[in-house]
Amino acid sequence: MNFNSISVGIFLAIRQIRRANIWTNILIVFVMTLTFLNLVVVGGILVGLIEASVKSNRTHYSSDLFLTNRLEKTYIEGSTKIIKFVEGLPEVSAVTARYVESGRLEAGYKERTRQGDILDNASGLITGIDPEKENEVTELARKVVEGEYLESGDEDQILIGGNLLFKYSPIDSPGLRNLKTADLGSRVRLVVNGNTKEVTIKGIIKSKVGELDQRIFITDRVLRGMIGRTDYNVDEIAVKLKDPAYVGQVKQILIDEGFDTQAKIRTWNEAQPKFLVDIKDAFGLLGDIIGSVGLVVASITIFIVIFVNAITRRKYIGILKGVGVDSFAIEVAYIIQSLFYAVAGTVIGVIVLYGILVPFVDAHPINFPFSDGILVATVSGTLWRAFALLVATIIAGYIPAKIVSRQNTLDAILGR
Amino acid sequence: MNTIISAKKIVKSFHNGVTDQTVLRGVSLDIALGEFVIIIGRSGAGKSTLLYQLGLLDHPTHGTLRIGEVDTEKLSSRERTQFRLSELGYIFQDYALVPELTASENIMIPLLSRGLSKKESLLFAKNALEKVGIASKWKNLPSQLSGGEQQRVSIARAIAGNPKIVFADEPTANLDSESSALVVNMFRTLHKEGQTIVMVTHEEEYTQYADRVVTLRDGEIIDIKRRK
Repeated sequence: MNFNSISVGIFLAIRQIRRANIWTNILIVFVMTLTFLNLVVVGGILVGLIEASVKSNRTHYSSDLFLTNRLEKTYIEGSTKIIKFVEGLPEVSAVTARYVESGRLEAGYKERTRQGDILDNASGLITGIDPEKENEVTELARKVVEGEYLESGDEDQILIGGNLLFKYSPIDSPGLRNLKTADLGSRVRLVVNGNTKEVTIKGIIKSKVGELDQRIFITDRVLRGMIGRTDYNVDEIAVKLKDPAYVGQVKQILIDEGFDTQAKIRTWNEAQPKFLVDIKDAFGLLGDIIGSVGLVVASITIFIVIFVNAITRRKYIGILKGVGVDSFAIEVAYIIQSLFYAVAGTVIGVIVLYGILVPFVDAHPINFPFSDGILVATVSGTLWRAFALLVATIIAGYIPAKIVSRQNTLDAILGR
Repeated sequence: MNTIISAKKIVKSFHNGVTDQTVLRGVSLDIALGEFVIIIGRSGAGKSTLLYQLGLLDHPTHGTLRIGEVDTEKLSSRERTQFRLSELGYIFQDYALVPELTASENIMIPLLSRGLSKKESLLFAKNALEKVGIASKWKNLPSQLSGGEQQRVSIARAIAGNPKIVFADEPTANLDSESSALVVNMFRTLHKEGQTIVMVTHEEEYTQYADRVVTLRDGEIIDIKRRK
């Protein structure tokens, strides 16, 4: 290896690329672009499905910091003190507290004709909220797809998660009951803690966040009365920060204050449902496997392109060697050609990715049952994949160049 | 005589899968510095094979070959390539130009490999093209040149680096008579300037210009005639 050989290799490569058939060049670059996009987009969409779910879970349910009752407690003891302290922190933007209790909704009870018939009913978590504070933290009102959001003064109005209505979740299974006959405006019976209250469905929530779509929301004042929670201790506190980057510090402040003995304090990341984390890992792996197959296909494509190119130019390679050009210079020429195709394909791929695909999918998320899928393409992940493609291309270009350039010079010239 | 090439008992055999075929049968030949030697013979006589051995494009099966002070058998493959680059020039029957490179670039490639800068190489290439009379076509691709012009580019490439010896393998075989005469005249001019030339041809009319004519038959030298 010497500088002359590299210089000659570059000289040859530039001219071979420049004077090759333009359509052949375009086709190879197009294949490389598709390969790069395959590497990034397939995995990105798979991860994006879960990432969107995680994002929704954070935005509309847990917010940045999430406090829940400790396992051995039925609620967060000293809730008012904690809420007051958290609200006073300068890093905090808004706080919402929730009362959560298992309960049941019954519909169609007025039309029931026989005593033994099973009532149209569905179980869910009854969640008492301050509608304004809840909306400030989780933008819950945005998730009302039919009807209206709750107001502080509502007495017998509820919001119902779409999963509890057959209309929105058409599953007919004895193990997964939802209300078949209820709809917006229906009068239904709310049964909590042995108390029954007739309420009207004011709005329907469809968020693709499991925790929300399975809940029934009512004003905190009404639920508190139904469950007899006179101490104002709540079950969940969601805290929205002005800058989510400080979530770790705020959590530490609460721990330092000793609140971790009264509540389980978790960041949004720690509060993700475990199944989401597992699916995210599995989809990430699946994306990498599909991407790796794409990488192998790209390598084989480049190998074939360079091999066919080198074989058809075997005679000229022989001539170059015959007139004294080093084999290494010829190999460098082919490696640079391969690199050109890979770099051009990657650059175009990056432009398409960040200029078209990511903004497009952000604006028009892919509609999946459990999330609005986005395309996750982190800069570090994209760079890593671009690097992998370049390395694979260099190897795929080098091997055929080496095979052909090592052939006997005279045999190559004479086509033997 | 200041010997530049000294070949002793060169044997070249090919194995065709079943039997060995001997193409050169103990050829010995000394060539002096500045000499113009033409090798003639019928088709299959071993002319080109001998030229390839002398020009280090192939390895003889047996025998020794010295070029200048160098025992070529002791050279590694890389050293042979380097030796060809610095000491020898080649002209092939079918011009052997790289199609993606212009006339000047074809000439520049060996010069760049020798470590000359692009600017120097281009200057040398243009000078060489001027010497063979097609300086104006330095930007043309081989496909834009006639056969005669391509062969002249091939000659320019061979001589651009001032090699000690120029080897030419039937350089006029693919050319019309006018172009052939032009090419042969170039060899005469080069020879007059002191260039050592070894040329293979089957066209006897050109032998008049050589210092010596070596006749091969069935892989053996059957005659060496000194013309001048």
